[in-house]
Amino acid sequence: MRHIISILLENEAGALSHVAGLFSARGYNIESLTVAPTEDASLSRMTIVTSGSDEVLEQITKQLNKLVDVVKVVDLSESAHVERELMLIKVRAIGKDREEMKRMSDIFRGRILDVTESTFVIELTGTSAKLDSFINALDTGLILETVRTGVSGIGRSDRILKV
Amino acid sequence: MIISGAEIVIRCLQEEKVEHVFGYPGGTVLHIYDALFKQDEVKHILVRHEQAAVHAADAYSRSSNRVGVAMVTSGPGVTNAITGVATANADSVPLVLLCGQVGTAAIGSDAFQECDTVGITRPCVKHNFLVKDVKDLASTLKKAFHIATTGRPGVVVVDLPKDITAEKCEFVYPAAVAMRSYNPVVKGHLGQIKKAVQLLLEAKRPILYIGGGVVLSDSAEKLTDLARRLNFPVTHTLMALGGFPATDRQSVGMPGMHGTYEANLAMHNADVILAVGARFDDRVIGNVEHFYNEPRKIIHVDIDPSSISKRVKADIPIVGNVPDVLDEMLKLLEDGFATSPQLADWWRQIEAWRAKKGLQYHQGERIMPQFVVEKLYEVTRGDAFITSDVGQHQMFASQFYKFDKPRRWINSGGLGTMGVGLPYAMGTSFANPGATVACVTGEGSIQMCIQELSTCKQFELPIKIINLNNGMLGMVRQWQEMFYSKRYSQSYVTSLPDFVKLAEAYGHVGMKIEKPEDVEPALKRAFTEYKDRLVFMDFIIDPTANVFPMVATGKGLTEMILAEDL
Repeated sequence: MRHIISILLENEAGALSHVAGLFSARGYNIESLTVAPTEDASLSRMTIVTSGSDEVLEQITKQLNKLVDVVKVVDLSESAHVERELMLIKVRAIGKDREEMKRMSDIFRGRILDVTESTFVIELTGTSAKLDSFINALDTGLILETVRTGVSGIGRSDRILKV
Repeated sequence: MIISGAEIVIRCLQEEKVEHVFGYPGGTVLHIYDALFKQDEVKHILVRHEQAAVHAADAYSRSSNRVGVAMVTSGPGVTNAITGVATANADSVPLVLLCGQVGTAAIGSDAFQECDTVGITRPCVKHNFLVKDVKDLASTLKKAFHIATTGRPGVVVVDLPKDITAEKCEFVYPAAVAMRSYNPVVKGHLGQIKKAVQLLLEAKRPILYIGGGVVLSDSAEKLTDLARRLNFPVTHTLMALGGFPATDRQSVGMPGMHGTYEANLAMHNADVILAVGARFDDRVIGNVEHFYNEPRKIIHVDIDPSSISKRVKADIPIVGNVPDVLDEMLKLLEDGFATSPQLADWWRQIEAWRAKKGLQYHQGERIMPQFVVEKLYEVTRGDAFITSDVGQHQMFASQFYKFDKPRRWINSGGLGTMGVGLPYAMGTSFANPGATVACVTGEGSIQMCIQELSTCKQFELPIKIINLNNGMLGMVRQWQEMFYSKRYSQSYVTSLPDFVKLAEAYGHVGMKIEKPEDVEPALKRAFTEYKDRLVFMDFIIDPTANVFPMVATGKGLTEMILAEDL
């Protein structure tokens, strides 16, 4: 099953490699990993999307907690949460495709960030599934380049991950 | 007081009451070695290879519960030390390794003797640090010692760029460490402990299964107290030998691949297992699915939450420091928590299994390795520190030397590192001056760190090396005999040195023993006449001897092969 793990860790050199190394050493999946400092610059927040059985997830959580740089670990997917991912996608936009691309972007609530005679760069935010559907909805021949940030997630209501 | 980084390193070691550092100098640690030269509180033991420095520091800790400290230079110094680091960390030994590093400006430039120390060591340490500012040096070292020795202990590597050890700053050693990201649990959950004790008292076929955590946390006495009150059989893993007296009636010996018949059957047939500081590893319970065939309740006490329910699901997990949890259990029992269990039937069954005498061997014309260990046990009156390497000799030593005290059996259990025996004996000797220290090894393992005979001479360490020489990589040969139709691929060691001459070349005493009747007199001579010398005893043993009982890989605990089956 797919899980979204949120981690607060010391914003120190090497902390990221400790986490990434743990996943590769123990053979855990990483679907996506995103990390940046929080409002407290001494802390980073990392979101990892992974998958595995309940036993594997229990081990992942325990092993993460064991890392000395890790302050807190939460499995967001255990309860209500919101998740978002940002994608920038560069598409070919010539002739009749130009209007079609604009229309598709509007349907998916994308924003066109860059326009040239032959291309658009579209910004799209949403769940990973929504980004996938946008890609599937386009003619693959028109997709020039995509970049995705990986999932960021946060718990709903008063469920707070803080030191 | 404003002092250099190098002096800060030495001052920190003094503050931590470190008496011995095992190491090897080189370019990037020269400032530290210079600071070391100017004082005499911290003594340095010069080894002949960095791997041995870490192994010796490792055994220093295992045999004394002080933290082991080793120091190496950058690049090859570090890479040579890695085997020692991984070995100590696999067995949760508190150890701090100080590494030289090229100057901060040169890091990343492929400088001479540069390697990515934090990168290379990361997967095999508890934690590591690269010090980038001399102002952080003292607090980092304080953290290193704190992390190495608390929670589930382990190895901490501190990477020290050369310029940092030259720069100066005010030295203040922090009195305490506060880390928001590191606060190991100590006390176990009282509700869980109560549930556990209740279950223990209801058990019909219980077993106490103890692991290295009992020895590491110095809980042998408490554990023994608990075992006696409950009258449970006790099985101790390879890492827990001495955690409960092996000569006690309640001891059923070691479980697992080369465990006793009675221990394996008791583990498999128990209705309640109380696991303390153990981790149900593959060498202990064999095939997990097979183990699950028998329904039972498992209480699992460990300081490391990730060790619980990793391979075998625990019914009552208790995360906590072993001695604290044992204290709580003993207190509940004292408070007359319930009546004591009736285990007469269970004990009758265990005695029946024990009567099978699964550890029997036949001493014929050629010296049997088991016989040498038994004689070693008698001659040292069971009171020696025994280090071992890895292989058949290790199993024979663990099966036939009856350890009644903790921290007397020093071996590489988790990583299974050949070559540790001699440096382990060195570290043990430094931590326990005057103690009897013997290294049970084989002609394969001993050659992996043989150069340390020179260190032993320099420091006049009176180690007794018991070389069980079968001219074979015995354990490899045993597997090839049993599972590869006797195709002895690369397990025969040709061109062995004359170990007697080799020992003499290093300035030690060498003996070659070829007849069974010479075993005991030779051992007696070594431990009396040559009490103060290192004696290399080359026992030419029966090369066909195999280790039994044996649970083959992938098999269950009840599917043991006994010597009599063959």
